Amino acid sequence: MIDKTSLWIVILLLGLGSFGLRFVFTGLIGDRPLPAWMLRHLRYTAVAVLPGLVAPLVVWPAATGGTLDAPRMAAATITLAVGYFTRNMILAIVLGALTLYGGLALLG
Amino acid sequence: MPRQTTKSIYWQGVRDGAPFILVIVPFSVLFGVVATEAGLNVLETMSFSVLVIAGAAQFTALQLLSDGAPTAIALISALAVNLRMAMYSASLTPYIGGATLGQRALAAYFTVDQSYACAIVKFESNPGWSIPQRLAYFFGVVTPICPLWYIFTLVGAIVGTSIPQGLALDFALPITFLAMIAPMLRTPAHLAAAFTSVALSLVFAFLPYNLGLLIAGVAAMMVGAQVELIVERRATPPAGGTA
Repeated sequence: MIDKTSLWIVILLLGLGSFGLRFVFTGLIGDRPLPAWMLRHLRYTAVAVLPGLVAPLVVWPAATGGTLDAPRMAAATITLAVGYFTRNMILAIVLGALTLYGGLALLG
Repeated sequence: MPRQTTKSIYWQGVRDGAPFILVIVPFSVLFGVVATEAGLNVLETMSFSVLVIAGAAQFTALQLLSDGAPTAIALISALAVNLRMAMYSASLTPYIGGATLGQRALAAYFTVDQSYACAIVKFESNPGWSIPQRLAYFFGVVTPICPLWYIFTLVGAIVGTSIPQGLALDFALPITFLAMIAPMLRTPAHLAAAFTSVALSLVFAFLPYNLGLLIAGVAAMMVGAQVELIVERRATPPAGGTA
């Protein structure tokens, strides 16, 4: 059983801290111009963070206890390939999901 | 280019955010269920989802508290998971930094992986958008996502039963994110950054508090920026128009 005091401390401070992290640049810098080298780095934020967020989930899926799993790997590959070549996000999701369920049905 | 009104841009955002319903619903139900199983009441569970509004950080905090970790460790770990939000904030600043303080605060509260990822793609490809149009798009993306995050946390907290394993909903998150990332890989610099991110996040996955992701993220941004410089130097004269 989680202690109620520490639970509320975590909820409130985590809420406050998360807002702080989200507001730190938009809020404090505002419309002051950022240096070119910083903008050049910021252009790659999305492709630098999101793939790293997903990679461990693909390679070590929690649902399989962290072992590499053929249907999930295939689904990830198909999603990425369809998304890359068609630039169509919804098509990539649909084909990725079909691959996953097909693979799970075939391989159990 | 077709004429775009602020209203049509808002609805474009709603459409682009809609596919994420597939991720948000199972993820928030799961949080509600797990929180209830950990002994949280409905008010506590909902406070988590409304105040923190970040699934991965919420799960991290809850997991550590359930394991009996010290309060400070649970808090710091969950904040570390959310450190990427500061990078998102920095990345959005050139586009919405000129908005009013209230608008920026509201946008900050609703900065989540999905709203950031959709917005940054559209902001880059529509440099002519005004700040109100950018905000309209951003809040459009948020519209189908964040309210459902609250509602389905509540559903999970009330229903409180476990989700059938056969649905493999654990993989809804990776698939939607991969589908979102793939079209972003437009240039050698973007590809290099993404590969660096994947490689380093796996190599450093053993580090606690999600630090591996931060190392991977910072290194990948540096690789992207460097590759951009190299490509630019080779492609003299800069023809302009590509970024």
